[in-house]
Amino acid sequence: MADTMQFDLVSPERMLASMQAESVSIPGAEGDMVAMPNHAPAVTTLRPGYVSVVAGGETTDYLVTGGLAEISAEGVSVLAENALPKGEVTKEVLEEFHRTAEEDAKDVSDHHSAAAARRIADHHDLLLRHGS
Amino acid sequence: MANLKDLKTRIATVKNTRKITKAMQMVAAAKLRRAQESAEDARPYAAQMNAVLGNLAQGAAESESAPLLLRGTGKDDVHLLVVATSERGLCGGFNASIAKLARAHANELTAAGKTVKMITVGKKGRDQLKRDFSDIMIDHVDHSEVKRLAYSDAADIGKDVIKRFDSAEFDVATIFYSRFESVVTQIPAALQLIPANFDTPEETSSTVYDFEPDENEILDDLLPRAVSTQIFTALLENGASEQGARMSAMDNATRNAGEMIDKLTIEFNRSRQAAITNELIEIISGAEAL
Repeated sequence: MADTMQFDLVSPERMLASMQAESVSIPGAEGDMVAMPNHAPAVTTLRPGYVSVVAGGETTDYLVTGGLAEISAEGVSVLAENALPKGEVTKEVLEEFHRTAEEDAKDVSDHHSAAAARRIADHHDLLLRHGS
Repeated sequence: MANLKDLKTRIATVKNTRKITKAMQMVAAAKLRRAQESAEDARPYAAQMNAVLGNLAQGAAESESAPLLLRGTGKDDVHLLVVATSERGLCGGFNASIAKLARAHANELTAAGKTVKMITVGKKGRDQLKRDFSDIMIDHVDHSEVKRLAYSDAADIGKDVIKRFDSAEFDVATIFYSRFESVVTQIPAALQLIPANFDTPEETSSTVYDFEPDENEILDDLLPRAVSTQIFTALLENGASEQGARMSAMDNATRNAGEMIDKLTIEFNRSRQAAITNELIEIISGAEAL
Protein backbone atom coordinates (compact mmCIF):
# COMPACT_ATOMS: atom_id res chain seq x y z
CA MET A 1 0.00 0.00 0.00
CA ALA A 2 1.54 3.18 -1.14
CA ASP A 3 1.15 5.91 1.38
CA THR A 4 3.68 8.22 -0.17
CA MET A 5 4.08 9.55 -3.67
CA GLN A 6 6.79 11.20 -5.68
CA PHE A 7 6.78 14.98 -5.43
CA ASP A 8 8.82 17.12 -7.85
CA LEU A 9 9.06 20.87 -7.83
CA VAL A 10 10.88 22.27 -10.82
CA SER A 11 11.48 25.81 -11.97
CA PRO A 12 12.87 26.65 -15.41
CA GLU A 13 16.31 27.07 -13.92
CA ARG A 14 16.62 24.12 -11.61
CA MET A 15 14.95 21.34 -9.78
CA LEU A 16 14.03 22.60 -6.31
CA ALA A 17 12.72 19.51 -4.69
CA SER A 18 12.25 15.88 -5.44
CA MET A 19 11.09 13.65 -2.62
CA GLN A 20 8.55 11.23 -1.30
CA ALA A 21 5.60 13.07 0.17
CA GLU A 22 2.44 12.12 2.00
CA SER A 23 0.39 15.01 0.76
CA VAL A 24 0.84 18.18 -1.24
CA SER A 25 -1.38 21.20 -1.14
CA ILE A 26 -1.51 23.19 -4.33
CA PRO A 27 -2.80 26.70 -4.94
CA GLY A 28 -4.84 25.80 -8.01
CA ALA A 29 -6.27 28.43 -10.32
CA GLU A 30 -9.77 27.51 -9.26
CA GLY A 31 -9.09 26.96 -5.60
CA ASP A 32 -6.63 25.23 -3.37
CA MET A 33 -6.47 21.51 -3.40
CA VAL A 34 -4.64 18.79 -1.59
CA ALA A 35 -3.26 15.87 -3.51
CA MET A 36 -2.64 12.58 -1.79
CA PRO A 37 -1.35 9.28 -3.15
CA ASN A 38 -3.64 7.68 -5.72
CA HIS A 39 -5.27 10.93 -6.62
CA ALA A 40 -7.15 10.89 -9.91
CA PRO A 41 -4.97 12.24 -12.75
CA ALA A 42 -5.42 15.98 -13.09
CA VAL A 43 -3.71 18.99 -14.53
CA THR A 44 -4.25 22.43 -13.10
CA THR A 45 -2.70 25.81 -13.51
CA LEU A 46 -1.39 27.59 -10.45
CA ARG A 47 -2.11 30.97 -9.03
CA PRO A 48 0.47 32.79 -6.91
CA GLY A 49 0.57 31.15 -3.50
CA TYR A 50 2.26 28.54 -1.39
CA VAL A 51 2.73 24.88 -2.22
CA SER A 52 3.04 22.92 1.00
CA VAL A 53 4.48 19.47 1.06
CA VAL A 54 4.05 17.08 3.94
CA ALA A 55 6.84 14.53 4.00
CA GLY A 56 7.65 12.41 7.02
CA GLY A 57 5.36 14.52 9.17
CA GLU A 58 7.24 17.69 8.30
CA THR A 59 5.72 20.45 6.24
CA THR A 60 7.75 22.46 3.78
CA ASP A 61 6.34 25.50 2.03
CA TYR A 62 7.38 26.91 -1.30
CA LEU A 63 6.26 30.15 -2.84
CA VAL A 64 5.21 29.81 -6.46
CA THR A 65 4.06 32.58 -8.78
CA GLY A 66 2.33 30.57 -11.41
CA GLY A 67 2.74 27.54 -13.57
CA LEU A 68 1.16 24.18 -13.62
CA ALA A 69 0.74 21.07 -11.53
CA GLU A 70 0.41 17.62 -12.94
CA ILE A 71 -1.12 15.11 -10.61
CA SER A 72 -1.21 11.42 -11.21
CA ALA A 73 -1.65 8.37 -9.03
CA GLU A 74 2.11 8.03 -8.63
CA GLY A 75 2.99 11.59 -7.87
CA VAL A 76 2.74 15.29 -8.26
CA SER A 77 4.97 17.46 -10.41
CA VAL A 78 4.75 21.18 -10.01
CA LEU A 79 6.20 23.26 -12.81
CA ALA A 80 6.54 26.72 -11.36
CA GLU A 81 7.57 29.82 -13.18
CA ASN A 82 9.25 31.15 -10.04
CA ALA A 83 9.68 29.09 -6.92
CA LEU A 84 11.31 29.88 -3.61
CA PRO A 85 11.48 28.06 -0.29
CA LYS A 86 9.36 29.96 2.21
CA GLY A 87 12.39 30.80 4.31
CA GLU A 88 13.80 32.88 1.48
CA VAL A 89 10.65 34.86 0.93
CA THR A 90 10.96 38.45 2.06
CA LYS A 91 8.74 41.44 1.70
CA GLU A 92 11.03 42.79 -1.01
CA VAL A 93 10.67 39.61 -3.06
CA LEU A 94 6.89 39.77 -2.82
CA GLU A 95 6.86 43.44 -3.72
CA GLU A 96 9.02 42.68 -6.72
CA PHE A 97 6.59 40.00 -7.93
CA HIS A 98 3.68 42.34 -7.32
CA ARG A 99 5.36 45.02 -9.39
CA THR A 100 6.11 42.61 -12.22
CA ALA A 101 2.50 41.49 -12.25
CA GLU A 102 1.33 45.09 -12.48
CA GLU A 103 3.76 45.85 -15.26
CA ASP A 104 2.73 42.81 -17.24
CA ALA A 105 -0.90 43.78 -16.83
CA LYS A 106 -0.26 47.03 -18.68
CA ASP A 107 0.29 45.43 -22.03
CA VAL A 108 -1.92 42.40 -22.13
CA SER A 109 -4.73 42.15 -24.60
CA ASP A 110 -8.34 42.50 -23.41
CA HIS A 111 -8.68 38.78 -23.67
CA HIS A 112 -6.23 38.30 -20.81
CA SER A 113 -6.99 41.31 -18.68
CA ALA A 114 -9.17 39.41 -16.22
CA ALA A 115 -6.41 36.89 -15.60
CA ALA A 116 -3.89 39.68 -15.13
CA ALA A 117 -6.12 41.44 -12.61
CA ARG A 118 -6.52 38.21 -10.69
CA ARG A 119 -2.78 37.74 -10.66
CA ILE A 120 -2.25 41.20 -9.19
CA ALA A 121 -4.88 40.54 -6.55
CA ASP A 122 -3.23 37.25 -5.60
CA HIS A 123 0.13 38.91 -5.26
CA HIS A 124 -1.38 41.67 -3.22
CA ASP A 125 -2.95 39.11 -0.96
CA LEU A 126 0.40 37.35 -0.47
CA LEU A 127 1.98 40.64 0.42
CA LEU A 128 -0.67 41.37 3.02
CA ARG A 129 -0.49 37.96 4.55
CA HIS A 130 3.28 38.05 4.74
CA GLY A 131 3.39 40.54 7.58
CA SER A 132 0.83 38.84 9.77
CA MET B 1 66.33 38.28 -44.38
CA ALA B 2 64.71 39.36 -41.16
CA ASN B 3 67.33 40.55 -38.76
CA LEU B 4 67.87 38.98 -35.38
CA LYS B 5 66.23 41.72 -33.36
CA ASP B 6 63.02 41.53 -35.40
CA LEU B 7 62.84 37.77 -35.01
CA LYS B 8 63.38 38.02 -31.29
CA THR B 9 60.50 40.48 -30.96
CA ARG B 10 58.23 38.31 -33.09
CA ILE B 11 58.93 35.29 -30.92
CA ALA B 12 58.17 37.29 -27.78
CA THR B 13 54.92 38.55 -29.30
CA VAL B 14 53.73 35.11 -30.30
CA LYS B 15 54.63 33.77 -26.88
CA ASN B 16 52.45 36.42 -25.31
CA THR B 17 49.60 35.60 -27.66
CA ARG B 18 49.91 31.97 -26.74
CA LYS B 19 49.64 32.83 -23.07
CA ILE B 20 46.46 34.77 -23.73
CA THR B 21 44.82 32.09 -25.87
CA LYS B 22 45.80 29.43 -23.35
CA ALA B 23 44.19 31.43 -20.56
CA MET B 24 41.07 32.04 -22.64
CA GLN B 25 40.81 28.35 -23.34
CA MET B 26 40.93 27.53 -19.68
CA VAL B 27 38.38 30.19 -18.82
CA ALA B 28 36.11 28.88 -21.57
CA ALA B 29 36.49 25.35 -20.23
CA ALA B 30 35.36 26.47 -16.77
CA LYS B 31 32.47 28.47 -18.19
CA LEU B 32 31.50 25.58 -20.42
CA ARG B 33 31.08 23.35 -17.41
CA ARG B 34 28.84 25.91 -15.78
CA ALA B 35 26.84 26.44 -18.95
CA GLN B 36 26.36 22.73 -19.36
CA GLU B 37 25.16 22.43 -15.79
CA SER B 38 22.62 25.20 -16.32
CA ALA B 39 21.41 23.52 -19.48
CA GLU B 40 21.10 20.25 -17.61
CA ASP B 41 19.23 21.86 -14.70
CA ALA B 42 16.72 23.37 -17.08
CA ARG B 43 15.99 20.08 -18.77
CA PRO B 44 13.41 18.57 -16.38
CA TYR B 45 11.18 21.63 -16.60
CA ALA B 46 11.33 21.81 -20.38
CA ALA B 47 10.72 18.08 -20.72
CA GLN B 48 7.72 18.09 -18.39
CA MET B 49 6.31 21.18 -20.03
CA ASN B 50 6.68 19.54 -23.40
CA ALA B 51 5.04 16.35 -22.26
CA VAL B 52 2.02 18.05 -20.73
CA LEU B 53 1.58 20.40 -23.65
CA GLY B 54 2.11 17.66 -26.19
CA ASN B 55 -0.66 15.80 -24.48
CA LEU B 56 -2.96 18.80 -24.39
CA ALA B 57 -2.13 20.01 -27.84
CA GLN B 58 -2.94 16.72 -29.49
CA GLY B 59 -6.56 17.05 -28.59
CA ALA B 60 -6.81 20.78 -29.03
CA ALA B 61 -5.00 21.26 -32.32
CA GLU B 62 -7.99 20.38 -34.45
CA SER B 63 -10.55 22.28 -32.47
CA GLU B 64 -11.61 25.68 -33.70
CA SER B 65 -11.34 27.31 -30.32
CA ALA B 66 -7.68 26.41 -29.81
CA PRO B 67 -5.51 29.41 -28.95
CA LEU B 68 -3.86 31.14 -31.88
CA LEU B 69 -0.43 30.47 -30.45
CA LEU B 70 -1.01 26.80 -31.06
CA ARG B 71 -3.02 26.93 -34.24
CA GLY B 72 -1.22 29.78 -35.94
CA THR B 73 -2.97 32.53 -37.81
CA GLY B 74 -3.65 30.25 -40.74
CA LYS B 75 -1.28 32.28 -42.90
CA ASP B 76 2.44 32.26 -43.29
CA ASP B 77 3.06 35.57 -44.98
CA VAL B 78 5.11 37.33 -42.36
CA HIS B 79 7.97 35.52 -40.69
CA LEU B 80 9.78 36.60 -37.58
CA LEU B 81 13.31 35.31 -37.18
CA VAL B 82 14.86 35.47 -33.75
CA VAL B 83 18.59 35.10 -34.20
CA ALA B 84 20.45 34.26 -31.02
CA THR B 85 24.22 34.67 -31.04
CA SER B 86 26.89 35.58 -28.54
CA GLU B 87 27.95 38.93 -27.17
CA ARG B 88 31.62 38.22 -27.58
CA GLY B 89 33.82 37.15 -30.41
CA LEU B 90 36.86 34.90 -30.57
CA CYS B 91 34.80 31.76 -30.67
CA GLY B 92 35.64 30.37 -34.06
CA GLY B 93 32.83 29.91 -36.52
CA PHE B 94 30.13 29.95 -33.87
CA ASN B 95 28.43 33.23 -34.73
CA ALA B 96 29.17 32.95 -38.42
CA SER B 97 27.44 29.60 -38.74
CA ILE B 98 24.27 30.81 -36.98
CA ALA B 99 24.23 33.95 -39.08
CA LYS B 100 24.75 31.90 -42.20
CA LEU B 101 21.78 29.66 -41.45
CA ALA B 102 19.58 32.63 -40.62
CA ARG B 103 20.67 34.47 -43.74
CA ALA B 104 19.95 31.48 -45.97
CA HIS B 105 16.56 31.11 -44.35
CA ALA B 106 15.72 34.80 -44.71
CA ASN B 107 16.77 34.86 -48.35
CA GLU B 108 14.75 31.76 -49.10
CA LEU B 109 11.65 33.28 -47.52
CA THR B 110 12.12 36.57 -49.32
CA ALA B 111 12.54 34.74 -52.61
CA ALA B 112 9.25 32.97 -51.94
CA GLY B 113 7.56 36.32 -51.59
CA LYS B 114 7.21 36.36 -47.83
CA THR B 115 7.91 39.28 -45.56
CA VAL B 116 10.71 38.71 -43.12
CA LYS B 117 11.33 40.51 -39.85
CA MET B 118 14.26 39.93 -37.60
CA ILE B 119 15.08 40.25 -33.92
CA THR B 120 18.67 39.71 -32.92
CA VAL B 121 19.89 38.57 -29.53
CA GLY B 122 23.58 39.15 -28.99
CA LYS B 123 25.80 41.76 -30.55
CA LYS B 124 27.85 39.54 -32.82
CA GLY B 125 24.94 38.23 -34.83
CA ARG B 126 23.58 41.72 -35.34
CA ASP B 127 26.94 42.93 -36.57
CA GLN B 128 27.10 40.16 -39.15
CA LEU B 129 23.52 40.47 -40.36
CA LYS B 130 23.33 44.27 -40.28
CA ARG B 131 24.83 44.65 -43.70
CA ASP B 132 22.17 42.63 -45.53
CA PHE B 133 19.16 42.99 -43.30
CA SER B 134 19.37 46.31 -41.50
CA ASP B 135 16.02 47.37 -42.97
CA ILE B 136 14.12 44.38 -41.60
CA MET B 137 15.66 44.31 -38.14
CA ILE B 138 12.93 45.37 -35.79
CA ASP B 139 14.62 44.89 -32.47
CA HIS B 140 17.81 43.92 -30.73
CA VAL B 141 18.18 42.35 -27.32
CA ASP B 142 21.37 43.19 -25.52
CA HIS B 143 22.65 40.56 -23.13
CA SER B 144 26.13 41.98 -22.65
CA GLU B 145 25.31 42.87 -19.05
CA VAL B 146 23.93 39.42 -18.28
CA LYS B 147 26.44 37.38 -16.31
CA ARG B 148 24.41 34.30 -15.84
CA LEU B 149 21.40 33.77 -18.01
CA ALA B 150 18.22 33.68 -15.96
CA TYR B 151 14.80 32.50 -16.99
CA SER B 152 13.52 36.06 -16.70
CA ASP B 153 15.87 37.12 -19.51
CA ALA B 154 14.28 34.57 -21.80
CA ALA B 155 10.80 35.41 -20.51
CA ASP B 156 11.33 39.05 -21.48
CA ILE B 157 12.08 38.03 -25.04
CA GLY B 158 9.15 35.62 -24.97
CA LYS B 159 6.75 38.32 -23.79
CA ASP B 160 7.97 40.67 -26.47
CA VAL B 161 7.52 38.06 -29.18
CA ILE B 162 4.02 37.22 -27.96
CA LYS B 163 3.05 40.87 -27.76
CA ARG B 164 4.07 41.29 -31.37
CA PHE B 165 2.15 38.18 -32.27
CA ASP B 166 -0.96 39.45 -30.51
CA SER B 167 -0.79 42.67 -32.44
CA ALA B 168 -0.56 40.61 -35.64
CA GLU B 169 2.93 41.69 -36.59
CA PHE B 170 3.85 38.26 -37.88
CA ASP B 171 2.45 34.78 -38.51
CA VAL B 172 5.35 32.44 -37.90
CA ALA B 173 8.25 32.81 -35.49
CA THR B 174 11.46 30.83 -35.63
CA ILE B 175 14.46 31.00 -33.37
CA PHE B 176 17.99 30.37 -34.62
CA TYR B 177 20.61 29.13 -32.22
CA SER B 178 23.36 26.61 -31.98
CA ARG B 179 22.70 23.18 -30.59
CA PHE B 180 25.38 21.82 -28.31
CA GLU B 181 26.44 18.38 -29.45
CA SER B 182 29.90 18.20 -27.96
CA VAL B 183 32.82 20.46 -27.25
CA VAL B 184 33.95 20.24 -30.86
CA THR B 185 30.60 20.11 -32.65
CA GLN B 186 27.91 22.71 -32.38
CA ILE B 187 25.16 22.54 -34.92
CA PRO B 188 23.30 25.67 -35.94
CA ALA B 189 19.59 24.92 -35.68
CA ALA B 190 16.21 26.50 -36.26
CA LEU B 191 13.23 25.93 -33.99
CA GLN B 192 9.72 27.07 -34.71
CA LEU B 193 8.25 28.94 -31.77
CA ILE B 194 4.87 30.01 -33.13
CA PRO B 195 2.69 28.21 -34.04
CA ALA B 196 3.88 26.03 -31.21
CA ASN B 197 5.35 22.77 -32.22
CA PHE B 198 5.66 19.92 -29.75
CA ASP B 199 7.15 16.54 -30.11
CA THR B 200 4.18 14.32 -29.80
CA PRO B 201 4.91 11.81 -27.09
CA GLU B 202 5.90 8.45 -28.58
CA GLU B 203 3.36 6.52 -26.67
CA THR B 204 0.11 8.30 -26.25
CA SER B 205 -0.34 8.06 -22.54
CA SER B 206 -3.53 6.35 -21.63
CA THR B 207 -4.17 8.49 -18.57
CA VAL B 208 -7.12 10.75 -18.99
CA TYR B 209 -6.51 13.93 -17.10
CA ASP B 210 -8.97 16.09 -15.32
CA PHE B 211 -8.36 19.63 -16.41
CA GLU B 212 -8.95 22.52 -14.14
CA PRO B 213 -9.79 25.07 -15.51
CA ASP B 214 -10.69 23.62 -18.91
CA GLU B 215 -8.17 22.64 -21.52
CA ASN B 216 -8.25 25.79 -23.56
CA GLU B 217 -7.74 28.01 -20.57
CA ILE B 218 -4.79 25.94 -19.49
CA LEU B 219 -3.36 26.16 -22.98
CA ASP B 220 -3.89 29.91 -22.90
CA ASP B 221 -1.90 30.13 -19.72
CA LEU B 222 0.79 27.66 -20.67
CA LEU B 223 1.60 28.46 -24.28
CA PRO B 224 3.26 31.80 -23.53
CA ARG B 225 5.29 30.04 -20.85
CA ALA B 226 6.17 27.32 -23.32
CA VAL B 227 7.44 29.90 -25.80
CA SER B 228 9.61 31.45 -23.09
CA THR B 229 10.81 28.02 -22.04
CA GLN B 230 11.81 27.18 -25.58
CA ILE B 231 13.68 30.45 -25.89
CA PHE B 232 15.34 29.79 -22.56
CA THR B 233 16.43 26.32 -23.64
CA ALA B 234 17.74 27.69 -26.92
CA LEU B 235 19.70 30.42 -25.16
CA LEU B 236 21.19 27.96 -22.70
CA GLU B 237 22.23 25.64 -25.52
CA ASN B 238 23.69 28.66 -27.22
CA GLY B 239 25.65 29.55 -24.10
CA ALA B 240 27.14 26.08 -23.87
CA SER B 241 27.87 26.04 -27.60
CA GLU B 242 29.57 29.41 -27.44
CA GLN B 243 31.93 28.29 -24.70
CA GLY B 244 32.57 25.00 -26.47
CA ALA B 245 33.34 26.78 -29.72
CA ARG B 246 35.57 29.25 -27.95
CA MET B 247 37.39 26.47 -26.19
CA SER B 248 38.21 24.60 -29.37
CA ALA B 249 39.04 27.82 -31.24
CA MET B 250 41.43 28.84 -28.49
CA ASP B 251 42.90 25.37 -28.35
CA ASN B 252 43.67 25.63 -32.04
CA ALA B 253 45.08 29.10 -31.61
CA THR B 254 47.34 27.94 -28.80
CA ARG B 255 48.59 25.07 -30.90
CA ASN B 256 49.18 27.33 -33.89
CA ALA B 257 51.08 29.77 -31.76
CA GLY B 258 53.26 26.92 -30.52
CA GLU B 259 54.02 25.84 -34.07
CA MET B 260 54.80 29.40 -35.04
CA ILE B 261 57.18 29.79 -32.11
CA ASP B 262 59.00 26.62 -33.15
CA LYS B 263 59.32 27.84 -36.71
CA LEU B 264 60.48 31.29 -35.68
CA THR B 265 62.97 29.85 -33.22
CA ILE B 266 64.53 27.69 -35.93
CA GLU B 267 64.73 30.69 -38.22
CA PHE B 268 66.24 32.73 -35.42
CA ASN B 269 68.88 30.10 -34.71
CA ARG B 270 69.69 29.77 -38.39
CA SER B 271 70.08 33.49 -38.81
CA ARG B 272 72.28 33.71 -35.77
CA GLN B 273 74.43 30.87 -37.03
CA ALA B 274 74.65 32.52 -40.44
CA ALA B 275 75.76 35.76 -38.83
CA ILE B 276 78.44 33.96 -36.83
CA THR B 277 79.68 32.06 -39.87
CA ASN B 278 79.78 35.29 -41.80
CA GLU B 279 81.84 36.97 -39.15
CA LEU B 280 84.24 34.03 -39.01
CA ILE B 281 84.71 34.08 -42.77
CA GLU B 282 85.45 37.75 -42.62
CA ILE B 283 88.04 37.30 -39.89
CA ILE B 284 89.69 34.36 -41.62
CA SER B 285 89.83 36.05 -45.02
CA GLY B 286 91.12 39.17 -43.32
CA ALA B 287 93.87 37.15 -41.65
CA GLU B 288 94.74 35.41 -44.94
CA ALA B 289 95.08 38.68 -46.73
CA LEU B 290 97.90 39.72 -44.47
